[in-house]
Amino acid sequence: MSEHDSKTREFGFHTRSVHAGARPEPNTGARATPIFQTTSYVFEDPESAAAYFNLQEYGNTYSRIVNPTVAAFEERVGNLEDGVGGVAFASGLAAQSATFFTLLNPGDHVVASAALYGGTVTQLKHLMRKLSVRLTFVDPDDPQNWRAALRDETRLLFGETVGNPGGNVLDLEAVAAVAHAHGVPLVVDNTFATPYLCRPLEWGADVVVHSATKFLGGHGTSIGGVVVDSGEFDWSNGKFPGVAEPSPAYHGLAFHETFGVYGFLMKLRAETLRDLGAALSPFNAFLFLQGIETLPLRMQRHVANARAVAEWLCGRDEVAAVRYPGLDGSRYRELVAKYLPRGAGAVFCFDLAGGREAGRELIRRVRLFSHLANVGDAKSLIIHPASTTHRQLNDAELAAAGIGPGTIRLSIGIEDSDDLIRDLEGGL
Amino acid sequence: MAPEYQDAETIRRVLREARSVAIVGLSANELRASNFVGFYAARHGYRVIPVNPRETEIMGWKCYPSLTCVDGPVDVVDVFRDPRAVPDVARQAVEIRARALWLQFGVISEEGAAIARRGGLDVVMDRCFKVEHARYMGRMHWLGFNTRVITARRADP
Repeated sequence: MSEHDSKTREFGFHTRSVHAGARPEPNTGARATPIFQTTSYVFEDPESAAAYFNLQEYGNTYSRIVNPTVAAFEERVGNLEDGVGGVAFASGLAAQSATFFTLLNPGDHVVASAALYGGTVTQLKHLMRKLSVRLTFVDPDDPQNWRAALRDETRLLFGETVGNPGGNVLDLEAVAAVAHAHGVPLVVDNTFATPYLCRPLEWGADVVVHSATKFLGGHGTSIGGVVVDSGEFDWSNGKFPGVAEPSPAYHGLAFHETFGVYGFLMKLRAETLRDLGAALSPFNAFLFLQGIETLPLRMQRHVANARAVAEWLCGRDEVAAVRYPGLDGSRYRELVAKYLPRGAGAVFCFDLAGGREAGRELIRRVRLFSHLANVGDAKSLIIHPASTTHRQLNDAELAAAGIGPGTIRLSIGIEDSDDLIRDLEGGL
Repeated sequence: MAPEYQDAETIRRVLREARSVAIVGLSANELRASNFVGFYAARHGYRVIPVNPRETEIMGWKCYPSLTCVDGPVDVVDVFRDPRAVPDVARQAVEIRARALWLQFGVISEEGAAIARRGGLDVVMDRCFKVEHARYMGRMHWLGFNTRVITARRADP
């Protein structure tokens, strides 16, 4: 690399969305990040191979653990979130699983928001419980609730920047302070905000997880996830032997001591990703890189459209409530002003006065909104959570997540807002 | 922490111009961070000079009890020691006419840095020699780390 390329000045978000992690390929000069569709890599010599496997040198070994296309995606998200780096996974849930497996041991306790994506609730409740991890779900809106749920065995706090689908906005700074006073990290799912709208690490969160499937990709073509670490949490405080103590799963290496601020991500990759095996495919990483190039442009359009649709819905008699946190009358208005000044995302719920049947009827009638179980696509999406994404939750859990029988979730795309409104008008 | 001791241009110049690195506190234990750095630096062409009074040889290289005993030129003095030991190390680095004092992650000593700076040395503090080399000249980006390097220029293959 030329000495003239890098100056100490930080590049802007749009520039980094296009360039971070994607240096020109040195051997061919390819400007687009090549899809390194290979399982494995020829070693220069036995000493190099040993150095790579010992983590003494940064090297490609096997695509379940490292891949240059995936690495470009990891670096880009790590850069946009202002973390020390990223580790990608085959899905957002795999990214979360890996974070939990890296940090938790049987008997540990997790405090989580009750207003989470249904798949995350299920993962925490059933998968983690199987591994003897104990859980307390709290109403996330009052930081005092998080504090009250802490136990000696609590090892992490988990929340979403913007809750799915209730639209709860997490008071990141206050909840991070609760976590840090207890010597544990705050892990935040930043899928709905994306680093363009909010960077939780800047507010004290320690680890960010993403479902890249959503706005990061934006095209609805690929499933993937990524974990980003701030590098600032002290894993050697006695509560995280998996990161700080010599690891029996890596010939006695103490990740935090040896790799410092990179210790958690090294552990996450070299052990947890290696052992869980949920690697992101290079092709999906390539598609995510294409998507992220336009992330800030798309998010501007997403939030402008979401606001227009939400405001229109507020004026309709058929609609009992609109729960877009970006509305002026939202109870989260102050938190949005603080944490999401560019907009409160593009996924929100509203409640139909006509209940469950009115919800089904709307979904039957729309022609432009796609009825499917995803969010964050460039296309506008619609779903009835009680019968789909949050189906595994009982009534009390549904209520805790802010979902009623007539609740409809919209993910507003980047079409013309007039067309979206006309489609909903026809449906109502 | 003064950001003047983490200046990217200084770091890159030190890495580029150095030929020999004396590692003060280099451990013979291959699981310790200092051992990783020594191994890596040697792999990337630096002459590594172990400085550790408890060893006579590390990774096949002669080990010296102190900086002032080292034969031959030392460009960078890379320190893995308790921060309280840094002022003395810095004075020795000035005495042997090293060109840079490099203090690893957590080795923070404003006093030591000031001594080296007054002696005409470049100073890098709370940064890892291996990480910074890998960031600018190496392959740190292969593991998804945020190098903060943005470039549209083609590197040498």
